[in-house]
Amino acid sequence: MADVAARARNSARAAALSRVSDALWRRPSLLLLALVVPPLLWLGIVYLGSLFALLAHSFFSIDEFSGLVKYELTLKTYAELFRASNFDILVRTILMASAVTVAAAVVAFPIAYFAARHARGRWKAAFYLGVMLPLWSSYLVRVYSWKLILAKEGILNWVFETLRLTWLLEAYLSVPGIGGNSLSVSWTGTFLVFLYIWLPFMILPVQAALERVPPSMLEASGDLGARPGQTVRNVVLPLALPGIAAGSIFTFSLTMGDYIIPQIVGTSARMIGQAVYQFQGTAGNIPLAAAFAVVPVVVMGFYLTLARRTGAFDAL
Amino acid sequence: MTAAIRLKGVSRHFGSVRAVDDVDLEIREGEFFSLLGPSGSGKTTCLRLIAGFDQPTSGAVEIFGTDATATPPYRRPVNTVFQDYALFPHLNVRENVAYGPKVRGDPGPVRRRLADEALDLVALGGFGDRRPSELSGGQRQRVALARALVMEPRVLLLDEPLGALDPKLREQMQGELKALQRRLGIAFVFVTHDQAEALSMSDRMAVFNEGRVQQLGTPQEVYDRPQKPFVADFVGSSNVLPPEMVERLTGKAARASLRPESIRMGSGGVSGTVARRYFLGSATRIEVASEGVTLNVLLPKGSEVPATGADVSLVWEADALHVMPGDDHG
Repeated sequence: MADVAARARNSARAAALSRVSDALWRRPSLLLLALVVPPLLWLGIVYLGSLFALLAHSFFSIDEFSGLVKYELTLKTYAELFRASNFDILVRTILMASAVTVAAAVVAFPIAYFAARHARGRWKAAFYLGVMLPLWSSYLVRVYSWKLILAKEGILNWVFETLRLTWLLEAYLSVPGIGGNSLSVSWTGTFLVFLYIWLPFMILPVQAALERVPPSMLEASGDLGARPGQTVRNVVLPLALPGIAAGSIFTFSLTMGDYIIPQIVGTSARMIGQAVYQFQGTAGNIPLAAAFAVVPVVVMGFYLTLARRTGAFDAL
Repeated sequence: MTAAIRLKGVSRHFGSVRAVDDVDLEIREGEFFSLLGPSGSGKTTCLRLIAGFDQPTSGAVEIFGTDATATPPYRRPVNTVFQDYALFPHLNVRENVAYGPKVRGDPGPVRRRLADEALDLVALGGFGDRRPSELSGGQRQRVALARALVMEPRVLLLDEPLGALDPKLREQMQGELKALQRRLGIAFVFVTHDQAEALSMSDRMAVFNEGRVQQLGTPQEVYDRPQKPFVADFVGSSNVLPPEMVERLTGKAARASLRPESIRMGSGGVSGTVARRYFLGSATRIEVASEGVTLNVLLPKGSEVPATGADVSLVWEADALHVMPGDDHG
């Protein structure tokens, strides 16, 4: 008897389930809605919400006597950004992000080209492992190990010494701006670490873009009389451009927002990320921190518009 | 006529695979030459060796009498129409066609004029500003043709150029390609796996199998006098009769080719049983089992078609039976 009841219950449940799946099959939009709404809520409320809260704060200001936030709309905080000491931070950060992006593109392209066009089987696996492996270890560990590599007692100095090229390193370090006491406390050091840390984010999209270029396209170029150099310039680079654009979005924005690398490796001059960290923390100046944080958003907006205008996404 | 292309003992091995195996071939100036064979027979590899995308493991490639074995593709006086067309997606149609003149260093107005002339030649005048992605398969095919022809090659290489087109368009393009070749008077080297296409278009053709040229000759020669069972079967699906049967019929112990359309119903011939019937529209094909051999017979429309299982007697003219001198590995 109990058996029969259980079977009846089961079949009733199965019937209800199939009614649900039938209803979803008939109205695919319902299914889509069910799938999309939870992540949209997350993205909309948690992410965009906090972004707007930030944006709102940047239009408030801080009372210089009490140190409290005055909730009145003003552009005073943005004017603060243009004070020489703050403006330097912006210029320095944008220059660094640009330099890192350009260098990452230059370094990533041959690696990505090799992986996409020549590596097969085991070489391809080695490529993915080589590019991804650093991402599996802690970011902090990698940055600190670079500090050791670049330090005065580090392996790089030792290499220069062994090659009797210390004079070259010294000469380089004496260049104002990019030099310093040792590489680990110079802008060059910061730049090298940024380049290393963000390189995978450039290599992977460029490799994906090159992977999509059929070999016959390159053969056609050669067939029509283009030397290998001309083929790279006229066919490979334009077709890799969407990948370079995607990669540069990563390297550019990640460099602009980072506050740990410049703190561990480099000079005492701050970048945007550090400024945000200090103003909202120790200084308690949330409006100014917010205004600083808006800068990368605006710069990225300009950057994307520019990339679109130059046709970087045309081949997508 | 001089040789436009000459392959001398050319082999291309990929590891243990002999994609092209000791091929000697001469393609004359101004002729329509087909490389026919099933996939993996080495015909495309052969074309790539002529274009210079690949280098032979051994042997030599001569183009117009000069050794080109070690010449890179960008210095060879031949151009290629690719199977997938390989149009540049970031350039419009005119820029695609003007690509060759551009890398050669022609000034802007010149290459624009050349490109427009080439587009007119393939009846695509006025399409210059479109993107390749906005064109149909047939139109892309023509752009690929124009892009190769703008270089005024003396030999044009075509790698299964009609493979991706639907049958109707395919037939039309066959006619146009042939007319274009006649008009330009240059050699076309045409790779195809479609025997009907090779037969109808070629001045001469080479039938490939397993990396080797099985037979070389005019379409008539290849069709009427196949030298090997493979050729008989691949070109026109001929019946290949076993030596025992041929010996009884002719006295010679060798395999022979017998075209399905040469066989008729009659009396006093080879007897057999109808195993299957296939209605083809313009004809009916029947399979007749006779003495352990299955014979394909093509009956033209209007002739009487025996029922499946019926006993029939097959006859043919004496010269329809072509005794083949070689076997497939000879």
